[in-house]
Amino acid sequence: MSLDALVASSIDGLMLGFLYGLAAMGLTLIFGVMRVINLSHGPVIALGMFVILELTTRFGINPYLALVLALAIGLAFGVVIYFVAVQRVINAPELTTLLATFSVNLMIIGLGTVIWTTSPRAVNVSLGSVSAGAVTILGTHAVAVAIAIAVTIGLYVFLYRTRPGKSIRAVANNRAAAELMGIDSNAVLALSFGLGTMLAMASGGLLATLFSFTILSGGTYETKSFVIVVLGGLGNPTGALLGGVLLGLLEGVATIAMPVGWVPVFEYVIFVLILLLRPRGLLGPRA
Amino acid sequence: MSRFREHGFLLSLLGVIVAAAATPLLLGNPSLREELFLVLMLATLASSLNIIMGYTGYVSFGHIVFFGLGGYFAFYLMQTYQWNFVAAALAAALPSCVIALLIGMPILRLRGAYFALATIGINEATRSFVNNFDPFGGAVGMFFNFSVYDAYGGARNAAQLAYVGMLAVALAAIVTSYAIKRSKFGLALLAIREDQDVAMVVGVRPARAKVTAYVISAFFPSLAGAIFFFKNGIIEPGPAFDLLRSIEALVMVMLGGIGTLAGPVIGAALYEELRGLLITNETLSSLHLFVAGVVLLVVVLFVTAGIIGTVRQRFPPLRRYVQ
Repeated sequence: MSLDALVASSIDGLMLGFLYGLAAMGLTLIFGVMRVINLSHGPVIALGMFVILELTTRFGINPYLALVLALAIGLAFGVVIYFVAVQRVINAPELTTLLATFSVNLMIIGLGTVIWTTSPRAVNVSLGSVSAGAVTILGTHAVAVAIAIAVTIGLYVFLYRTRPGKSIRAVANNRAAAELMGIDSNAVLALSFGLGTMLAMASGGLLATLFSFTILSGGTYETKSFVIVVLGGLGNPTGALLGGVLLGLLEGVATIAMPVGWVPVFEYVIFVLILLLRPRGLLGPRA
Repeated sequence: MSRFREHGFLLSLLGVIVAAAATPLLLGNPSLREELFLVLMLATLASSLNIIMGYTGYVSFGHIVFFGLGGYFAFYLMQTYQWNFVAAALAAALPSCVIALLIGMPILRLRGAYFALATIGINEATRSFVNNFDPFGGAVGMFFNFSVYDAYGGARNAAQLAYVGMLAVALAAIVTSYAIKRSKFGLALLAIREDQDVAMVVGVRPARAKVTAYVISAFFPSLAGAIFFFKNGIIEPGPAFDLLRSIEALVMVMLGGIGTLAGPVIGAALYEELRGLLITNETLSSLHLFVAGVVLLVVVLFVTAGIIGTVRQRFPPLRRYVQ
């Protein structure tokens, strides 16, 4: 193993980690606010990829401009999912919400397979590359990381500086108390679900500019999001971003240290161990 | 007579299943037999899942892991050591149950969503491990030489044998699930489901009861996996540890009625029929996943108790008979 290869693959992993983290933030935001594990997360990521594909190929829109539209579409779509599938069972036991969101998963995959089949698609973007020694950074990767960071900052400004954002944090903290303060918790929950979906779609859209994909591609990122969310502590967006970066870095290093096939084994074992030993996440408070 | 009255519902349920299962054999109808083979397998998976999920309240999302493990262990014994299929299936259940014990002890301490996530993680870890594990054929998996079936009188007889085996496993799973529900042990599980802390106060040892329930609920899927892949003749990591099938089993339990005896069986039969109907219908075949999603959502939102549960709620006099 050469040092150059290690550095190069760590940087690759680190950059990808930001996109993983962005998706995981969506999952963890929804869990943090309403204790719902969103099983439609993966297909929503895939949907983000196809939104970019359709907007660029059909309307010739620049992929990064398309991403802005994808954010709006994601927000609206999440609110719709909330009112159709989640609102009625928001106070039901976990199994019910897991199955309700899984039904959305089936619907998206079902319709998506009809519309786009399962053959691989790609969005063509090329922004050149920068090289320094053995390290080559593709322009698309660098831009994707920059956008992921910008979206994260935007989310934080929203959550900490605006009134709706503060309402979301209040509801996450204590829904009953927030309602007593006059917050319409139903609207806040819908908004949170929308934001969570928006983040998943944004991450899917950015991934579409890097790799080829199918409607089923979301599954991989969904399981990665679970790993990350557990790494960072369920319900903790900062933890999710750091967890994503950590997972990306681990993947980058692990690909060099072991055969590629063993990397997922390693990831899932870590996942289960963290659940058992530090169920509130590596960054969370001690159980 | 009094014994029949006491266990009337169980005996009628078993009678209906045996009668339905015998039909394709008597009519000599292989395509109906194939369909019922799947229904029996799904009923086994759903009934065993119901023991941990319906009685104990622990939602095991990755329960299919025991189906895959049973399949792989048995396949390995049959292929490498030329074991007889019945012996291999039974022998394979032992390591599956030991694994369930070792996994169950730590993860059953987790509650709610954390437990569900851990079971997904374990299934995915196992799948990716087997994907790289050369003795089990890695990503390619293992397959039989066609001559393996000669020992059972040819492939046709082997398929028949697998069918009868699956029927036996399904019946055993249902009887076990009934026996548990009526026992003191079953009462302990229901107490844990309602409130684990209160259960402890009244003298239930939750850790022991939960792990026992988990091991029992792993035993039957392991047998079902062994039989399924014996008949299939090929085993690969993807189909063996298919998370979608795991979640489908959850759907069947919900559809029929969680925590009931007949619910998982009815759910399995209905779900499989529905899927068959959708796949064979020209206009709906490509939309079958979408329709399955809509059906699931309707059940989850409006018929939470499932079919058997709703019948019990609506018609209280029937509660004595329908379980």
